[in-house]
Amino acid sequence: MADRIEVLKTYKTYVGGKFPRSESDRTYRITDGKDNHIANACRCSRKDVRDAVLASRSAFGGWYARTAYNRGQVLYRIAEMLEGRKDQFVNELKLSGVKQKVALNEVHTAIDRLIYFAGWTDKISQVFGTVNPVASAHFNFSSPDATGVVGIIAPDEHPLLSVISLIAPVIATGNTCVLLASETNPLPAVSFGEVLHASDVPGGVVNILTGYRNETVETLTSHKDINALLLASRDIETGKLADENASLSVKRVVQYRAEDWFSGEHENPYLVLEFMETKTTWHPVGA
Amino acid sequence: MSVSVIQDFNQTIPIDQVGVEERVSRLNKRSIKKESKLQALKLALSMIDHTTLEGKDSKGKVIQLCSKAKMPYAPMPDLPSVAAVCVYPNMVATAKKALRDTAVKVASVATAFPSGMAQLGIKLDDTRYAVSEGADEIDMVISRGEFLKGNYTFIFDEIAAIKEVCGEAHLKVILETGELETLENVRKASDIAMYAGADFIKTSTGKISPAATQPVTLVMLEAIRDFYRKTGTMVGMKPAGGIRKAKEALQYLVLVRETLGSAWLSPDWFRFGASSLTNDLLMQIVKQETGVYQSINYFSND
Repeated sequence: MADRIEVLKTYKTYVGGKFPRSESDRTYRITDGKDNHIANACRCSRKDVRDAVLASRSAFGGWYARTAYNRGQVLYRIAEMLEGRKDQFVNELKLSGVKQKVALNEVHTAIDRLIYFAGWTDKISQVFGTVNPVASAHFNFSSPDATGVVGIIAPDEHPLLSVISLIAPVIATGNTCVLLASETNPLPAVSFGEVLHASDVPGGVVNILTGYRNETVETLTSHKDINALLLASRDIETGKLADENASLSVKRVVQYRAEDWFSGEHENPYLVLEFMETKTTWHPVGA
Repeated sequence: MSVSVIQDFNQTIPIDQVGVEERVSRLNKRSIKKESKLQALKLALSMIDHTTLEGKDSKGKVIQLCSKAKMPYAPMPDLPSVAAVCVYPNMVATAKKALRDTAVKVASVATAFPSGMAQLGIKLDDTRYAVSEGADEIDMVISRGEFLKGNYTFIFDEIAAIKEVCGEAHLKVILETGELETLENVRKASDIAMYAGADFIKTSTGKISPAATQPVTLVMLEAIRDFYRKTGTMVGMKPAGGIRKAKEALQYLVLVRETLGSAWLSPDWFRFGASSLTNDLLMQIVKQETGVYQSINYFSND
């Protein structure tokens, strides 16, 4: 039998609960560590970013209105679904040149991390809310509240674990997000979109785009309908650009550069808190 | 106009629905970019009938609406004002006062809007009241029930009677195409309205879904074109309801340009009845000027 030509998958984006191709119709080659062509990914344009932000914004109201308990259930469900599709992700990580053992460890850590943040959804305001002493006849309390739409720029290393470590704390409290996956290594992030799709996450809560950073970062960071940015890319120029563009609409910018994504230090509630606003209520009480 | 040019409304002009949809979708593929886009956006803004037609409307809301109509976006004072504000008759005086010394017109719905289910006398009084309060334009509804019964003379006479009491005020005739069932009916109602003296024909009240659609608009534009060729009289067009995005607005402008020519590309001959379109147009204009995608949070509600 003649040698068969292998069909290389073109990974699509995940926007608004659907899997559209880039509106620009462009794709680019994804290679493994040794320059072998392993797949294609969508080369998103600024209009794809615009569409993703729109989807994210429309999803915000509904996701924010869910009970914290229900958001916890949904996050837990993502972990369950990921557990069931472990093999696919291990293989995908191996495709990019990672050893079996490391790949399996990455998937396991990612699942555990999701469960960790699933637990925080209905505890964050108990732990970080406060009752404030005031010198008047008021009951005064502050509680953390979701910020809105968060733009996330993922790093290149550990493309599954890093993406989950960034998305989970953001969406746990009712935020929605637009994630720019790694330029060189986006496949696990896009496949993770399929898991999200299959696990009760409402469309638009997480949106995942691929493509060249120099074509998308500018739009994402300057977009006025994005309320905060979470940058995990190591690129200094990207960081600078984000800082400058964020100032246009006074977005919060969180630079999060991790040395070791496996470290337990990423499992802490303070990253969740970065994407929450403090809401203080004055409630009159009788003297 | 001599009676001989009035066509027999019992005759049905056949409309090729597939052909209409095909043409609409072809025209929707027109790409309008850069300077032309910016111009078109500003033109669309100047064609808006900024509308509030809710049972909960208050004077405060109408005044707010009028200030937005005068100056849609304060950071860009050079932007055109919208064409008109459209309110219920009992809000006309408020709007008129808020808009004095401006070019913004006051349009009022009348004739038992939105259903039109009232006696002619009441409809005439409703119209007289709106005109006496100072309305520059009257948006009337036709009696869809009578139309669907085939009682075309009734519709014709009703429109003619309302037109008479309008006096100086322009008359826009709302066909409520969402209730007319077929494109043939839309064409027929358009013809009746124009021959009966309408200055504008308008798709919908905005209270029924579907409201304005592009195929319906195209059919009405073609009716206007044919009427113009026969009589030499220009009639305006107003799609209303459901147009929320700047992109759709531009598509409508393409339909107008390609069907009627550029003479109709003016607020005197084409209007958008909309409330949320204004903000989307503003957001796109600011995007074109600054290069930065905007957020609705930076634009006022009314």
